[in-house]
Amino acid sequence: MSSNSQHSAATGESAIINASIPELRRLLVAGELSPAELAGTFAARIESIDPGLNSLISRVDAVAPAASEAALAGIPYLHKDIFCAKGTRTTCGSRMLADWVSPYDSTVHERLTRAGAVLLGKTNMDEFAMGSSNENSHFGPVANPWDEKAVPGGSSGGSAAAVAARLAPFATGTDTGGSIRQPAAYCGVTGIKPTYGRVSRFGMIAYASSFDQGGVIAKSAEDCAIVLGEMAGFDRRDSTSADRDVPDYTATLGESITGLRVGIPKQWFTEALDPAVGDAVEAAIDELRAAGAETVEIDLPDADIALAAYYLLAPAEASSNLSRFDGVRFGYRCEEPRDLQDLYERTRSEGFGAEVKRRILVGTYALSAGYYDAFYRRAQKARRLVSAHFDRAFEQCDVIAGPVTPTAAFDRGAHSSDPAKMYLEDIFTIPVNLAGLPGMSVPAGFAGGRPVGLQLIGRHFDEARLLNVAHQYQQRVDWHRQMPPVAADSSNQ
Amino acid sequence: MSLTNDQLQAVAHLARIAIEPEWRDALRSDLNAILDQASLLDDPRLNELEPMAHPLDQTQRLRKDEVTETDQREELMAGAPASERGLFLVPKVIE
Amino acid sequence: MSDYAIPSGWEAVIGLEIHAQLATRSKIFSGASTAFGAEPNAQACAVDLGLPGVLPVLNEGAVRMASLFGLAIDADISRVSSFDRKNYFYPDLPKGYQTTQLARPIVVGGSVTITTGEGKKAREHTIRVTRAHLEEDAGKSLHEDFHGMSGIDLNRAGTPLIEIVSEPDMRSPEQAVAYARKVHAIVQYLGICDGNMQEGSFRVDANVSVRPEGDEAFGTRTEIKNVNSFRFLQRAIEFEIERQVDLLETGGEVVQATRLYDPDRDETRLMRTKEEADDYRYFPCPDLLPVVVDDETVESWRAELPELPDAKAERYQSEYGLSAYDAGVLTSSRATAEYFEAVIAREGSDAKLAANWVMGEVAALLNRRETEIDRCPVSADRLADLLVRISDGTLSNKLAREVFETLAEEGGSVDEIIEARGLKQISDTGAIEAMVDEVIAANPGQVEAYRGGKDKLFGFFVGQVMKAAKGKANPKAVNDVLKRRLDGE
Repeated sequence: MSSNSQHSAATGESAIINASIPELRRLLVAGELSPAELAGTFAARIESIDPGLNSLISRVDAVAPAASEAALAGIPYLHKDIFCAKGTRTTCGSRMLADWVSPYDSTVHERLTRAGAVLLGKTNMDEFAMGSSNENSHFGPVANPWDEKAVPGGSSGGSAAAVAARLAPFATGTDTGGSIRQPAAYCGVTGIKPTYGRVSRFGMIAYASSFDQGGVIAKSAEDCAIVLGEMAGFDRRDSTSADRDVPDYTATLGESITGLRVGIPKQWFTEALDPAVGDAVEAAIDELRAAGAETVEIDLPDADIALAAYYLLAPAEASSNLSRFDGVRFGYRCEEPRDLQDLYERTRSEGFGAEVKRRILVGTYALSAGYYDAFYRRAQKARRLVSAHFDRAFEQCDVIAGPVTPTAAFDRGAHSSDPAKMYLEDIFTIPVNLAGLPGMSVPAGFAGGRPVGLQLIGRHFDEARLLNVAHQYQQRVDWHRQMPPVAADSSNQ
Repeated sequence: MSLTNDQLQAVAHLARIAIEPEWRDALRSDLNAILDQASLLDDPRLNELEPMAHPLDQTQRLRKDEVTETDQREELMAGAPASERGLFLVPKVIE
Repeated sequence: MSDYAIPSGWEAVIGLEIHAQLATRSKIFSGASTAFGAEPNAQACAVDLGLPGVLPVLNEGAVRMASLFGLAIDADISRVSSFDRKNYFYPDLPKGYQTTQLARPIVVGGSVTITTGEGKKAREHTIRVTRAHLEEDAGKSLHEDFHGMSGIDLNRAGTPLIEIVSEPDMRSPEQAVAYARKVHAIVQYLGICDGNMQEGSFRVDANVSVRPEGDEAFGTRTEIKNVNSFRFLQRAIEFEIERQVDLLETGGEVVQATRLYDPDRDETRLMRTKEEADDYRYFPCPDLLPVVVDDETVESWRAELPELPDAKAERYQSEYGLSAYDAGVLTSSRATAEYFEAVIAREGSDAKLAANWVMGEVAALLNRRETEIDRCPVSADRLADLLVRISDGTLSNKLAREVFETLAEEGGSVDEIIEARGLKQISDTGAIEAMVDEVIAANPGQVEAYRGGKDKLFGFFVGQVMKAAKGKANPKAVNDVLKRRLDGE
């Protein structure tokens, strides 16, 4: 079985695209598959499938991994196009950076490269990570692999869609208000947003610095555990990164969850929750019970206050973070600026899309003289309130389980006329970012043919527990193994 | 709380974003919808709370005073829209 | 010293904001070098350029230096300080915001003692410092023409600054200058700023208002920027006081504004009014966490403090018997004090003589050459050599000045110059006696008149002997011999 030219069942395309990272590593280590072949398989799939999805903004030529023993040696992956990788175009989904080639590496990219992972492309996203539907990309919307009329979610919509369509074993994402968990839920893949500070933000283009957190989207909790272990850790270049050890997330995956106390927020199961989504999530919680977990009803009020606070704080930080896009040192510059004022105004008006401009204006207003106390400061106090609610809840439970979103993926264009309504999609994910807690989205069935996600929320730095619970759940169900028809079609070619 | 056109104009100027006239009314109502939500923050329970700037209770780590960067001007300037003789060019700056 | 007097019936109220660049090796938030004079943008790294995705990490050296300043002026060092963002668009501000400390500065309070006037008119004033905070410097716009465009150099962007904000405690341009000079001296003594005003390492903005004498309420103030020498500071404040008083006396009104000092025209002109001022939208910088310093660290910094100007001046008075004024002048800058101390380090040195020379000949030379004492053409060691030759009677003061000039012009060693130019003083009694005898023989009439009671003629004989000696005779020896010969002992 040492020949690479003859594919066995284990090395055929359909096996490869559904294989876990440990399985792929075994094939690579055994020499049954070369890194080039593996990269080639996925590159070919990107070529044939992605035109129908638009999940990628740029393709990157695979570079052979330096070390073959590293944890991810030879495993192909995609970066959300918010991560700087030296020499690659890094657009953040914006016209502003449409032609910008990063001259430096993000820490996440450096670490994944050191771990031997092979970059195949940069995924589509809502411009500057602002959005919940991937409709705000300068590079066009992304189709949900399960239903092309549906959005894939956002802002890491390209990453979620690409992993769902099996265009790569995993993809990076970032989550500021739900941007990993919500698209993972909509696309039926597994995503983890770690604790704020767990993964370095250096080289990850900032949206809202005190919320942004990098993470992983993959097929399973096990794969997420392996990749997160390589991405996470203290970085002296990011003052907000946490200076504490990274546990071996894979070591505890197999632990039993008997006796685990799972908190169920009673406020999240109301009429605002789509009944079919609610049914799927309840069924998932039943499965956790069946695995030995105990459930307790917990109180997690004030999601509306959390939302109001987030939609002031995040835009406020964004309005400042995005001031550097001024047409002077990099990126887009308007044609023939008459003077400085004209340079700034036209560059920014032409370079940014509507949603980005909207949030910059909200944030600017929230910070402007006379409003700071009423908006920004009050919102920071609300952040304290929401965090305290979680602290109290975690006195009664070890993890919190509930829906990721109130509905399954909505149709493209459904909310584009009403941004405030679109923001409601984030009502279960945003409180987690306010508190900086780790959260996961785990595939938990379907509602109207579109995937539903189970959200798991843990204490600060309790990623290992979340991954353990998700993995135990995935031992009992096969939602995460289901593949959208668009992915299967190509593999049968 | 309702934003007037003049206020919107002032905010747009601060942000250096030009607003096309045909977008102005829609934008104003979008912003007002968001700002309306902010009334939830009038909740008296918030009065006594300490504002929270960061999710983690950590302190700033300091870097040793060492020069670690070398001259990378050529690479870093490669993406500049306009440059000459090592300088970024902008329309005349008047002080 | 200026003779400026504030128009009568008016009082000026002045506060200063001083920006001092800290002498760290690397920038406040990046590992790029802070060295002056590099090729444009060669010292602007990804962080300094504000490239997408970069993050700041605070330089320990900047925190230490800012704290040293706080300790030197007896201020509180905040155990917790934090950074905020000041948002505005300008091409020399790469990120579109300046990272600074608004809400919780690292240094709070403290004061600086200044002296104005000399002798009996000397007055001490205590100027309170409100705060000193850390922030990053901006880059530079170069206005030379690039096809109608400006060039942006971001080498300076991210250089650490402390902004030292005083209370409005000064009442005259003279006090303002004395305060600025004192702060300038302190930062140099501490070694935290090179103090170079031409290169912009030490920049002063002045807030100036006037009010009728006796009034409690402050008048409307203006802020004067771009003052890059102490002389200009004096002139700019004088001009501004005059301008404001003229306005108010002719029924006009002062408009709160930022004004630029133009040294070529010796005037201030309007830069922007308060209405045009940006709304800076300050908020806590989310990329930086609270900066915490513990007592132990603060104490270790305190132990690092060198002898500061006031303590040094007191020591000069008690140890060397110098006057308060002289001690003040000699300690006014670290370089002057170091020069003076190097001169008197010579064994058997005479501190008063050294003080006179440093404040006299050396200061005059520096003035003529328009240079600073650390670039003095006559080193402290050479001056010490010279003073030894005065003390041992080899040189008169007059001859010593000649040697000093030669040292300044041509260099060389003191003894070689004395030798080569035959400047050695004639102290040999035999030689002087011979000259005295010749003079007495040649002027019998004057001798008679002197001996007849015309005492004033003694000076004539001294002059004649000196003339014969070409000025090189030891004046004391000449006096002694003449007395003996003329008074007929």
